[in-house]
Amino acid sequence: MRRYSVFAIAREALRHHTGWERAWASPTPKASYDAIIIGAGGHGLATAYYLGKNYGITNVAVIEKGWLGGGNTGRNTTIIRSNYLQDPSAAIYEKARSLYETMSQDLNYNVMFSPRGVIMLAQTHHEVRGYLRTAHANALQGVETKYIDAAKVKELVPIINIDGPRYPVLGGLWQPRGGTARHDAVAWGYARACSDMGMDIIQQCEVKGVRSEGGKVIGVDTTKGYIGTKKLGIVVAGHSGQVADMAGFRLPVEAVALQALVSEPIKPCMDVVVMANTVHGYMSQSDKGEMVIGGGTDGFNNYTQRGSFHHIEETLRALVETFPMISRLKMLRQWGGIVDMTGDRSPLISKTPLGNTFINCGWGTGGFKAIPGSGWAMAELMARGEPGPLAAAFSMDRFKEGRFIDESVAAGVAH
Amino acid sequence: MLTLQCPYCGVQADETELSPGYEAHLKRYGPDSTPEEFESYMFARKNPKGVHFERWRHAYGCGKWFLAARDTNTLEVFGTYPAQSTEPPADLQAKIKQKRPDWEGYK
Repeated sequence: MRRYSVFAIAREALRHHTGWERAWASPTPKASYDAIIIGAGGHGLATAYYLGKNYGITNVAVIEKGWLGGGNTGRNTTIIRSNYLQDPSAAIYEKARSLYETMSQDLNYNVMFSPRGVIMLAQTHHEVRGYLRTAHANALQGVETKYIDAAKVKELVPIINIDGPRYPVLGGLWQPRGGTARHDAVAWGYARACSDMGMDIIQQCEVKGVRSEGGKVIGVDTTKGYIGTKKLGIVVAGHSGQVADMAGFRLPVEAVALQALVSEPIKPCMDVVVMANTVHGYMSQSDKGEMVIGGGTDGFNNYTQRGSFHHIEETLRALVETFPMISRLKMLRQWGGIVDMTGDRSPLISKTPLGNTFINCGWGTGGFKAIPGSGWAMAELMARGEPGPLAAAFSMDRFKEGRFIDESVAAGVAH
Repeated sequence: MLTLQCPYCGVQADETELSPGYEAHLKRYGPDSTPEEFESYMFARKNPKGVHFERWRHAYGCGKWFLAARDTNTLEVFGTYPAQSTEPPADLQAKIKQKRPDWEGYK
């Protein structure tokens, strides 16, 4: 792999950009691999990358039904934060956030990580108490967050209306090291690094069945034929239920649609990410100037990648109240992704009833921020066959044992 | 926009008028049941890409709970029926089978 650098740009500028290589290869599948990962989104590619980097396992294929990074990795609002309440969540999201800081150097690919800071607004007294508690919990967990008052919120976000008619801003939970990154680049960077380690990324290849022998996985049937494997990782977000069904078990997961939208580009007006969980909407400004907006999920099972119009209306109503200046903006694009929700709104990184088969799913509405940490923990689980400290709490037995990691209340609705 | 007909008051209600209630026909286990049984109804819900039976409430209408058969992949609604049903009506099952020959049936 030719490394990207300022010298590479200069060299290519002099020869009319004829020397750039393809970022990753598109090989035909081999007969078998040491490990197969289903799903070439951020989480799947990160899992493959850390399998190679941390454990030296490089005879790996990443199989993707559509195109690389074309699912929820390309559909989110790119927010990165780790201000969770529960210890297991804070640990894995903080690991992810810290890996984002050095990801561009690590992958030799500019993921445009922008630690611009994230504010979660407190707009009720209940929320004030909740965020004070989270700030204390984060201090114990080693996650840098701070509770700030309304005046400080206004100073950080001049376009905000802190004296709103329904829910005036009373303060906020401020994580200065949170921010955003370019979502496509995260998938592309991992894919390029995996391909460089000799892994096969096989796109346009749908898994149709999982074969097992003596309670252990032996391979997968795909639209490109049968591929044998010693270990299988299922990292397919919204379609986890379907693949688990092929492997013969049921997951405590339901699929619903989550929408996002972007406005027309405008001049820089907000250089932090703001989440308003009481009125329910969140917004940041992309480098192109678009306001990137997200809200809540639909309340029913859905695989259509499009959501209900009234949810957009609710989200925009909430944000116009919070940021009156956006009321005249035109919205350019709206889209939906299928998110996999668990009962406690925390993910699964777990062994499964089928031997040598592992699942990583349930990230629900908050998967992008977790990509590197999730891949790190999943790679450890797949390489050793047992979860490490980051993944241990996220096993799927917890629903049977009542050992929930309850973030649905702790993190507010925008998760 | 998703529109369901309330089987009680007959109104064609769009989803802003309704509250979703997730999977229908669950067997609810009591305090003496095993952790596996409890998990099976509380968390390990059916999550099909295709025909699904659900509970809905006509929240901003007559206020009653009812059941609906819907395709989660196309949002097509096959029909609605009263909440007092222990399983989907036979004629509704026949209609779904006709529209979705690959459907494996309600169980």
